[in-house]
Amino acid sequence: MKIGLTSVFVDDQAHARQFYTEVLGFQIKHDIPLGEASWLTVVSPEDPEGTELLLEPSGHPAVKPYRDALMEDGIPLAQFQVEDVAAEHERLTGLNVQFTEGPTDIGTAVIAVFDDTCGNLIQLVATKELAGE
Amino acid sequence: MADIYRALADATRRVLLDELAAGEGKTLFELCGALTMQHGLSMSRQAVSQHLAVLEAAGLVTTERRGRSKFHYFTPEPLAEIQRRWPHERTSP
Repeated sequence: MKIGLTSVFVDDQAHARQFYTEVLGFQIKHDIPLGEASWLTVVSPEDPEGTELLLEPSGHPAVKPYRDALMEDGIPLAQFQVEDVAAEHERLTGLNVQFTEGPTDIGTAVIAVFDDTCGNLIQLVATKELAGE
Repeated sequence: MADIYRALADATRRVLLDELAAGEGKTLFELCGALTMQHGLSMSRQAVSQHLAVLEAAGLVTTERRGRSKFHYFTPEPLAEIQRRWPHERTSP
């Protein structure tokens, strides 16, 4: 068993499509019209056959209280891996992305948290190569 | 005032105050991360949330909502009250 797809809820698929591709740099994998919404998934250009991220409409009534509670406590909904958190922080800040937590060294990794403008907090993580491993 | 001593009596809550005393507001998530990664204290978010509630009830922590987030701040005033109650006057070192 492996994880082929996971999802985040987004308020506006058109905006999410733009943010996740043009700002974050993902590629569209599927964009299949389904009534008012689409089956809209993105993948990393570093791993186009890898795990897909579904940008799922947030219209279900359970989504808002769930996401608002996470946002209030600063809890990220998803985590993306990068090579260099500080470099990504600088690049994304230059594109007006708001970080709720700047690059932070937590010992085994460096993390940061940003607002994806679609209703979610996303954590960036760069795991450190530990000496001797 | 009894709330202050009860709040300070717990080691985890003292660490939370240490983390907040830096002056910048922190979210629950950031505080949980600091406890786990920097202080080796592993506990549930619910437990941390309850500790913060005790500190807030004692007036040692205030919260502020900015946008859609909630930040926690250290408030030293109750500690100043302790000093006012038992002023330490030393005539010689």
